[in-house]
Amino acid sequence: MSSSGLPGVAVVQCHPDMSAAKPDTRSLDKGTIRLLERAVGKNAVLWRPEEVLAFEYDGTIERAMPQAVAFPDSAEQVAAVVGIALDAGLPVVPRGAGTGLSGGAVAALGGVVVALTRMKRILEIDAEDQLAVVEPGVVNLDLSKAAAPHGLYFAPDPSSQRACTLGGNVAENAGGPHCLAYGVTTNHVIGLEVVTPAGDIVEFGGRTSDTPGYDLRGLFVGSEGTLGIATKITLRLLRRPEATRTLLAIFDSVDQASAAVSAIIGGGIVPSALEMIDHHVISAVVQAMDVGYPADAGAVLLIEVDGLLDAVAEQALEMRDVCLAEGAREVRQADEAAEREKLWAGRKGAISALGRLAPNYYVLDGVVPRTKLPAVLRDIYRLGEEYGFPIANVFHAGDGNLHPNVLFDERKPGETQRVLEVGAAIMRLCVDAGGTITGEHGVGLEKRGYMDWIFSEEDIAAMAKVKAAFGSTDLYNPCKMFPTGKGCGEVSQAKIEHVMKQAGPDAYI
Amino acid sequence: MAVTPAINDAPSQDDLSRCVHCGFCLQECPTYLQLGIETDSPRGRIHLLRAITDGNVEATPALTSHLDLCLQCRACETACPSGVPFGRIMESGRAMILQQGAAPRSWRLRAWLLRQTLPYPKRLRLLFNLLRLYQRSGLQRLLRASRLLRMLPGGLSEAEEKLPHLPSTSYEMKSDGLPPSASAKKVALLTGCVMPHLYPRTHEATVRVLARQGVEVVDVAEQRCCGALSVHAGDRTTGRALARRNIDAFLQAGIDAVVVNSAGCGATLTEYGELLEQDDAYADKARRFSELVTDVNEFVIDVGGQAPQVALDIRVTYQDSCHLVHGQKVRNSPRQLLASIPGLELVEMETPDRCCGSAGIYSLAQQEMSMNVLDDKMRDVAATEAPVIATANPGCMMQLEAGLRRHGLKGRVAHVIELLDEAYQAEEDTN
Ligand SMILES: Cc1cc2nc3c(=O)[nH]c(=O)nc-3n(C[C@H](O)[C@H](O)[C@H](O)COP(=O)(O)OP(=O)(O)OC[C@H]3O[C@@H](n4cnc5c(N)ncnc54)[C@H](O)[C@@H]3O)c2cc1C
Ligand code: SF4
Ligand code: SF4
Repeated sequence: MSSSGLPGVAVVQCHPDMSAAKPDTRSLDKGTIRLLERAVGKNAVLWRPEEVLAFEYDGTIERAMPQAVAFPDSAEQVAAVVGIALDAGLPVVPRGAGTGLSGGAVAALGGVVVALTRMKRILEIDAEDQLAVVEPGVVNLDLSKAAAPHGLYFAPDPSSQRACTLGGNVAENAGGPHCLAYGVTTNHVIGLEVVTPAGDIVEFGGRTSDTPGYDLRGLFVGSEGTLGIATKITLRLLRRPEATRTLLAIFDSVDQASAAVSAIIGGGIVPSALEMIDHHVISAVVQAMDVGYPADAGAVLLIEVDGLLDAVAEQALEMRDVCLAEGAREVRQADEAAEREKLWAGRKGAISALGRLAPNYYVLDGVVPRTKLPAVLRDIYRLGEEYGFPIANVFHAGDGNLHPNVLFDERKPGETQRVLEVGAAIMRLCVDAGGTITGEHGVGLEKRGYMDWIFSEEDIAAMAKVKAAFGSTDLYNPCKMFPTGKGCGEVSQAKIEHVMKQAGPDAYI
Repeated sequence: MAVTPAINDAPSQDDLSRCVHCGFCLQECPTYLQLGIETDSPRGRIHLLRAITDGNVEATPALTSHLDLCLQCRACETACPSGVPFGRIMESGRAMILQQGAAPRSWRLRAWLLRQTLPYPKRLRLLFNLLRLYQRSGLQRLLRASRLLRMLPGGLSEAEEKLPHLPSTSYEMKSDGLPPSASAKKVALLTGCVMPHLYPRTHEATVRVLARQGVEVVDVAEQRCCGALSVHAGDRTTGRALARRNIDAFLQAGIDAVVVNSAGCGATLTEYGELLEQDDAYADKARRFSELVTDVNEFVIDVGGQAPQVALDIRVTYQDSCHLVHGQKVRNSPRQLLASIPGLELVEMETPDRCCGSAGIYSLAQQEMSMNVLDDKMRDVAATEAPVIATANPGCMMQLEAGLRRHGLKGRVAHVIELLDEAYQAEEDTN
């Protein structure tokens, strides 16, 4: 089936064509390498093609080679690196842990990747004011671990929280299972220190929730590395709830589970998390780890309630009854931390576990109104059948944030292209159902072609003006978020041999 | 050693394509934690190896340096939800690079040195006798005092520092002295290449502990080094030659199990099946052999593990040996054995399953990283205030002993089985 069968669906050209090589005309000259080395230290710059190769990817199937990677250690060093790159006419691409699922950290047009993984100090935990000041490379889970002795934690908990950085969370406005009750990253960021594309080091927000003037903090969160680089982040920490209960409701079908989701939310209690895992994903998780998911279920819901002890016990009972009424064949309850962690480990490892089912997956991230969940899910499975790909669903059901994962093998000729097509068709389904093209993974490189499905030209122009106002140009994380951009139309995989040739044999001296 | 036709080694496409680039392994990788650089992470290394396998890049010195820095601790395997068999990828990747002739000189030299020593018990004995002489003749003291050692190139002085004080005699293979009984389980102990010289006490304790379980320990004199160090260094050919020899030796002995008290060797022995997959004459035997192999901690638990009756009042922290916990997925048995000793207080350190930086000959080849990893480990150890570090592999024992000395910490390192043996001994003494 071709994309032409679906009105409005065009496969976006910025996706790398896995087979074509795009000659990269800007190999890095030695002078620039020296400048970078002087700015951050010799051991903090990589430029040999066979080394920067490890930076050509993030968590997606996108690939593009940068020409150099720098590892700054301070805001000043970040500013220096950005300045050197832009002066040399090279694109700048900020990067955290590279777990992003929209190609945000992929150097679409080459250039200098600014890797923030060495800026990983937790500068302050203020238990009284319940906030933390961190560098951007701090890993999400590490902050919660450090806050634990104070009875505090950082609420946004993306499934990738063991690996992703807080800087990446800010850039993507990351969410997670518990964001249903507690809100996404932007609700927990109160202050930022940012190196702007112009090289200035500026502060947005502060240590209190409200600061006078424009809310530039709010603007920056979710800007996907297109407005600057966060070098220091002030975050709100929450107190651990007195009690938590986790339920695993087991259903024979996805339809029943979807109905239960509607019934739970419709019933007025908002659980702190409400996740759905379908049979494909269950089979991957069962192979990957021993967390007690039933191998033969059609779908499971992972439901969590927290708060005061008495209230929680009561809510757990109510949830259980609703699920049983909607046809759950069993509802298990975990009260102890260890049992709960086990159930969550299955959910958090679910997407990566899909590697057990197929060599590649293409994760989509659409949002639909909750009431449309059952119908949209049915259509997604149908599309999978039409295109001949299994589609595994694991997602934040409580807020209608879908994650269909198309399973495929990039080594089979033509598969990648067709996966992109089915991805586009699924995105279209979400938009047509009154939803949108990303819930938490961002637009990045992958979904920018869909921006004009939901925004008018004027809307996008207004965003472009904001970008320009920050001093950001086409060289600043190019080909991300905006549907057009100079040179982005032909972005394709830069073949390594070519870049190696460009660098020339004497580049190895 | 007999030369057999070479098998072309390379990571398989199936193994490589299992990596879905999710990054879940990053924070479990000791070298990534130290450096924060993707090239020194599991995901990065897989990607680089994939590019070499596909012929897209050459194994330049810059590239191989990142592969070199890998501890082969396989923590990434445990962390990976997608089931990427990293150990196998790295071993066959190194083998591929060596076979292509693209390997740096240091790799070839390392493989050669290992090939010339480990398979030969007599050469090893000579080597250790010389070292013993060096330590006992006063030469060591003299050299250390004169600071001449500091002038040695290539980290040799640190290597010298790491060498434990060698015991006066090496382990001699022996049976447990029990009269053979028809009903008793018959097992053989893998004695290994350097362990009889470095830690004869561990072997002796193991034989006593096995005897205590009513198990008959038989002597398999024809056994040789397991080949782990060669396999890790990418010399799978030597690894296979040793594997064939061991398979023949142990299978002929008609035993119920091959008991291993060195986690690194155990992991390799359990993977003989895989190593010889393409060897028609040995593939089946290798699989059968691998099924006989069992780590001593597991074995003692499986045969019922008699709990000692007399208390050992000590505080112990347990360092998971990587090739036990990540290589063989054995996490509980050693802890269960320790817990079975009355009076023993087990205090867990932070991340007990993170590598100590020993990693076989890594600690000599990659001094700086090895020490940085060790320093983090010793901080975690010190925080437990336990004077005894228990572990399950001679390499870890040596490294942790060096760590105690380096950090001026009082305490000792013991194999889990040694502690169990101490408890049994204490019981016999009171009886
Ligand atoms: C298995 C799996 C599960 C996931 N689950 C979730 C989930 O539940 N919820 C969710 O929201 N996401 C999820 N993600 C996506 C991803 O983990 C998040 O988007 C995360 O926030 C990315 O962080 P990172 O450090 O990896 O950033 P990267 O991928 O390195 O970068 C992401 C973007 O942020 C920019 N950036 C990075 N650091 C900075 C900085 N300091 N300043 C400015 N820009 C910066 C980059 O330029 C890029 O555009 C998942 C990913 C995987 C692989
Ligand atoms: S966890 Fe596994 S699949 Fe994910 S990046 Fe690491 S090796 Fe690859
Ligand atoms: S084996 Fe250890 S050092 Fe090597 S990549 Fe895996 S975790 Fe890192």
